[in-house]
Amino acid sequence: MTPDRGPTEQTHDISLTVNGVLRQARVPARRLLSDCLRHDLGLTGTHVGCEHGVCGACTVLVNGQPMRSCLLLAVSVDGSEITTVEGCTDPDGSLGPVQRAFMECHGLQCGFCTPGFITTIAAYLRRNPNPTPEQAREAIGGNLCRCTGYQNIVASVLRAAEIMREESGDAGVPAAGHGRGERA
Amino acid sequence: MKPPPFSYHRPATVTEAVTMLDELGPDAKILAGGQSLVPMLNMRLATPAHLIDINRLDELAYVRVEPEGVRVGALARHADVEHDAAAGRAIPLLAEALRSVAHPTIRNRGTTVGSIVHADPSGEMTAVLCLLDGEVTLVSRRGERTVPAQDFFVAPLTSAAEADELATSALFRRPTGAATGTAWMEVARRHGDYALCGVGAVVTLNEAGALTTVRTAYISMGPIPQTLDLTLEAIGSNGDWRAVGEAAAAQLEPEEDIHATARYRRQLAVVLTARACRLAAERAERARRAAPSHPTGGAGRTGSGVEGER
Repeated sequence: MTPDRGPTEQTHDISLTVNGVLRQARVPARRLLSDCLRHDLGLTGTHVGCEHGVCGACTVLVNGQPMRSCLLLAVSVDGSEITTVEGCTDPDGSLGPVQRAFMECHGLQCGFCTPGFITTIAAYLRRNPNPTPEQAREAIGGNLCRCTGYQNIVASVLRAAEIMREESGDAGVPAAGHGRGERA
Repeated sequence: MKPPPFSYHRPATVTEAVTMLDELGPDAKILAGGQSLVPMLNMRLATPAHLIDINRLDELAYVRVEPEGVRVGALARHADVEHDAAAGRAIPLLAEALRSVAHPTIRNRGTTVGSIVHADPSGEMTAVLCLLDGEVTLVSRRGERTVPAQDFFVAPLTSAAEADELATSALFRRPTGAATGTAWMEVARRHGDYALCGVGAVVTLNEAGALTTVRTAYISMGPIPQTLDLTLEAIGSNGDWRAVGEAAAAQLEPEEDIHATARYRRQLAVVLTARACRLAAERAERARRAAPSHPTGGAGRTGSGVEGER
């Protein structure tokens, strides 16, 4: 295709289960998972920000754990289960609890960083379904947002936890200052 | 911001990995967690001809408590070490320091042994390894050898590992003594960023509660992790930890960069040394009192990182 690429790069056939669907791709070894998702698999929900692991926009879940997809080679995670922001919806395809919380609490403005926040928070709330405001703040410490000033994102974490508790029928122990009242 | 082309190799065993390292020569690089290597590839600061991906070497994915301390396999992620309950009981300093290693998302993939071999003078676990008299096990086709932490770090981003050697594990030794306490403290612009100065401290008391050892280790304070023995200064200062901090900072030669001046780094070393030593001493004292009958050597107690942390 492009004339000046030098010798043809070796490619590798990989399969990934992305948002529950088995996907296959033929990629050069240097293909980053972020680019594999966007270019090879057409899932452009994962955003590419800094490409050196600082901004967190490209965060996806690999076997349930949040990781920077720009710091993973697609070939290295061959066989893994990947969850992207597209997979953070409810089973019927409507917005999932974290996504709804962001909408309700104005947790996004331009939306560029949002996919990384959604995946990070979805995984975090599975581990800690009832975070304090301080824990919510700590949970998003590895993600950068240039629009919101973070206050509404912290509120979104707490609201998402509230929604998830409501939907699981577990009232939980509402800690003081939880939910929307926390918004700055 | 994309990696340059390279050939990719995925060994299934350690033997296969070291054979590849030997055959592919010095242009081959090991890929473990990749949380330092992949950014360097993306920025094309590293251009290896071959990557040997050890992520399928399950035999290296372990955190083990041994009589001497905690042994961490080359494929144990930072998060595995941080959340290992037995390792946390044996050496509370591990989890305490790991909580300052980047952000949780990075710790889910990055490996503790990988960050040691990377030998970044800002990497917390390099200093923790030195402070705990640790060692690194290196395997090559020529055989296996063990390098003590004090000899392992050669220069920034340069360790004693030869090009044909694979680091298979690191051993962190449990501090010995009647009662010991440890602490990790650092100052970074933002929690999870590289520290401007980081300090680990180990304080040991005898059964009567008198200081027997005070040691510290530093990151971002020189080309390699710096370790100091402050026992004499601490005994001489009679509880004035600030004076101990000043004595420590006088022995350090930090460099200036865009993040901090050398003078500011030295000031941080004074304050953080004082705080870390004081906290470690408090934890050691708590451990001494908690010991049922002030044990007779051997089974030393280590002050937990949990209480005094708030």
